[in-house]
Amino acid sequence: MSHARLMRMAALAGVLTAAVTAGMSGSAQAAEVQVAVAANFAGPLARIALAYTAATGHTVKVSVGATGKFYAQIVAGAPFEVLLAADDETPARLAQEGLAVAGSNFTYAIGKLALWSAQPGVVDAQGAVLTTGPFSHLAIANPKIAPYGQAAVEVLKARGLMTALAPKIVTAESIAQAYQFVVTGNAELGFVALSQLLVPGKPAGGSYWLVPPALYGEIRQDAVLLKAGAANPAASALLAWLKTEPAKALIQVYGYGHASPAK
Amino acid sequence: MIDLQLRLPRAAYTLDVALRLPERGVTALFGPSGCGKTSILRAVAGLERAAGRVALGDTVWQDDSLQVFTPTHRRPLAYVIQEAALFPHLSVQGNLDYGLLRTPAAQRRIALDQAVALLGIAPLLARRSTTLSGGEAQRVAIARALVTSPRLLLMDEPLAALDAARKAEILPYLEGLNAALAIPIVYVSHAIAEVARLADHLVLLDQGRAVAQGPLAEVLARIDLPQSLGDDAGVVLDGVVGERDGSWHLARLDVDGPGCGLWARDQGQPLGQRVRLRVLARDVSLTHAQQTGTSIGNQLAGTVEALADDDHPALLLVRVRVGPHAAVPLVARLTRRSAQALRLAPGMAVWVQVKTVALMA
Amino acid sequence: MTADEWTAVRLTAALAASATALLLLLGTPLAWALARSRSVWKPLGSALVALPLVLPPTVLGFYLLLLMGPQGPVGQFTQALGLGRLPFTFGGLVVASVLYSLPFVVQPLQQAFEAIPERLLEAAATLRAGPWDCFFSVALPLARPGLVTATVLGFAHTVGEFGVVLMIGGNIPGVTRVLSVALYDHVEASEFAAAHRLAAAMVVFALVVLVTLYAVNRPARDRALGSAAPR
Repeated sequence: MSHARLMRMAALAGVLTAAVTAGMSGSAQAAEVQVAVAANFAGPLARIALAYTAATGHTVKVSVGATGKFYAQIVAGAPFEVLLAADDETPARLAQEGLAVAGSNFTYAIGKLALWSAQPGVVDAQGAVLTTGPFSHLAIANPKIAPYGQAAVEVLKARGLMTALAPKIVTAESIAQAYQFVVTGNAELGFVALSQLLVPGKPAGGSYWLVPPALYGEIRQDAVLLKAGAANPAASALLAWLKTEPAKALIQVYGYGHASPAK
Repeated sequence: MIDLQLRLPRAAYTLDVALRLPERGVTALFGPSGCGKTSILRAVAGLERAAGRVALGDTVWQDDSLQVFTPTHRRPLAYVIQEAALFPHLSVQGNLDYGLLRTPAAQRRIALDQAVALLGIAPLLARRSTTLSGGEAQRVAIARALVTSPRLLLMDEPLAALDAARKAEILPYLEGLNAALAIPIVYVSHAIAEVARLADHLVLLDQGRAVAQGPLAEVLARIDLPQSLGDDAGVVLDGVVGERDGSWHLARLDVDGPGCGLWARDQGQPLGQRVRLRVLARDVSLTHAQQTGTSIGNQLAGTVEALADDDHPALLLVRVRVGPHAAVPLVARLTRRSAQALRLAPGMAVWVQVKTVALMA
Repeated sequence: MTADEWTAVRLTAALAASATALLLLLGTPLAWALARSRSVWKPLGSALVALPLVLPPTVLGFYLLLLMGPQGPVGQFTQALGLGRLPFTFGGLVVASVLYSLPFVVQPLQQAFEAIPERLLEAAATLRAGPWDCFFSVALPLARPGLVTATVLGFAHTVGEFGVVLMIGGNIPGVTRVLSVALYDHVEASEFAAAHRLAAAMVVFALVVLVTLYAVNRPARDRALGSAAPR
């Protein structure tokens, strides 16, 4: 091989190596966070992520799904760095099992339960329709796997209606499905999350009863920093962002509550 | 009379025929591939819908002007095709019973045993229909068609998918059918040898038109047809075994009395038996005078009747009449040069020579 | 196995049996019509039958929920007939099962019918068999392998499906809580022991039925069209 050709090949190799290493190291400034978020919080998170990116320059990659599924995936090594769960048990369990940074879990939102009908004027402000109103089906999320379903059962028991209404209960897989049962009219009533009814710009219509929190156990939705994100400053920054006033105000607009300061 | 008036547009031409066929015997529809013979048969069966009229005697199966169209399953006919089309999920017996069970008892004129005997399929009855050879399957298919006691038997090149040996095996059965049953048969073929053996009536088709129709011997004796039969050109004669020569194993077949006979090889038929004889045009030669010292075994006195062009510019066809009444036609294929040399002209007396070897009964 | 689990088994068996029977009853003439059709609409008809294959089960279930609901055309129809509404009932499950398993039954049948040479059907007609007669005496026996495939696939698909069942059924114990749904719930709730039990029950149930189907139909393979199977 000629001397000139050899020199050309060496130069090309040098340029390629430089380019690759430059790409790999990335800039110290703009990082990326991989977030797994429970379906019911996907809407608010999208808005929060926009503000977060504008302020810090970090990008957020969001995966939406069911908390239970995320748990299984994280155990199997999924690359998520932050988990925004629909309950508080899953983040605690992950921390306990060493898959999340201990002590990093906190409640980012409190879920509010509502009894809803797609028809206006059906559900009154006291929820008396449960005893008086004629209806054939009451949709709730599966209490075994959805905290809102568990809460719905607690409400019915608190009101002493569990036995009377048991034959009319239709169990949905998630509150999303419970919502679908009600919105299609197949179930006249259903226990859903308030956040599903208050989507900004798309009010759900119909009529609802905001269930007093005293009737059911708190639906605490916890966030946690996962092991994969422990070294990523952007991940911790996102979790910190969730505690800021603007973020909390946004969360409230979407129909969630906040944990009282002393936990 | 079987009345067929059919019009059916096809890819390359329009089928347009008006045929009146006899209600007895075998009518052959002959022509090159794609000339419309199968379409005619399918239209008669009702499997395809042509415009026009189909009637068997007084029974009208289709008449567009009267808005009559009888569906296939209500026409008492039988249809046999090249590929036998036996039902694979039934045994031979099952196939035979299929049509029989669907023929009302009052209409049954052909017994199962008769059909089985006619086609010689008794040893096959218990066999699965998928295990039969081509020839056996075809015979079963014909028997299956017969047990429905049809008033018309349609056969679409039933021997085309068989080799020469199987064909030779089945042809006698078909000849027997014609003799034993009083059912008209319409037989489609592109093999003139089969037609010559089986047909009584012949329709020549080309590009969807009937170019000639009539009794077999008459049509084959024509030399004016634009469509040439090629190497197969030649007449078919009905003869009687007049004499048998045991020492030379030859038989004389009289086509018009004992004085007008042709010697052929003896094929075992007894005296007095009627036989059908094919004389190909290429095996017929003409001379001015009776020859001696020639190996050609047959010489008959005759008269030139007509001459006509043949396919190739070197050749021409000559029709001569032989026999005491000049009634028996023979066709010879000659070169123009020879015809010119002999100065052949209609009305001229000639001697007609036919090699014994060439004759097949 | 608890009493609830046996109930789920019973429901699953009932659903699979009724859905498969209905599918064969409706699917066979449909497959025959599609196989024999030469109309320009044939591709559209075949595509419509195949449509349930394209949609994800939960999506399909959602649209069925809409159609069968009080505002949907099917829901209004059933209500007008005095039958109430189909969601959350066993009948609703059967209807939904028939819909989403339709292509699994119609397609093998249609192919089996299309494989029958035309000349055999024409031969039957010339032997005095009218259209119904021809269908039952020639077409159906010759399509038997396709019939077996269709039955197996329809049955298996109905037992295994849960997305649509979940949407339409509402997971009501004793009414619409079939094995697939119960199994899914156990897995979601991390009740793995119960999940293993139910999974085993499903597999055993399906195996028993399928083995029986195949065993009963073995002789049919020898009679199949053009089969060269050793006797």
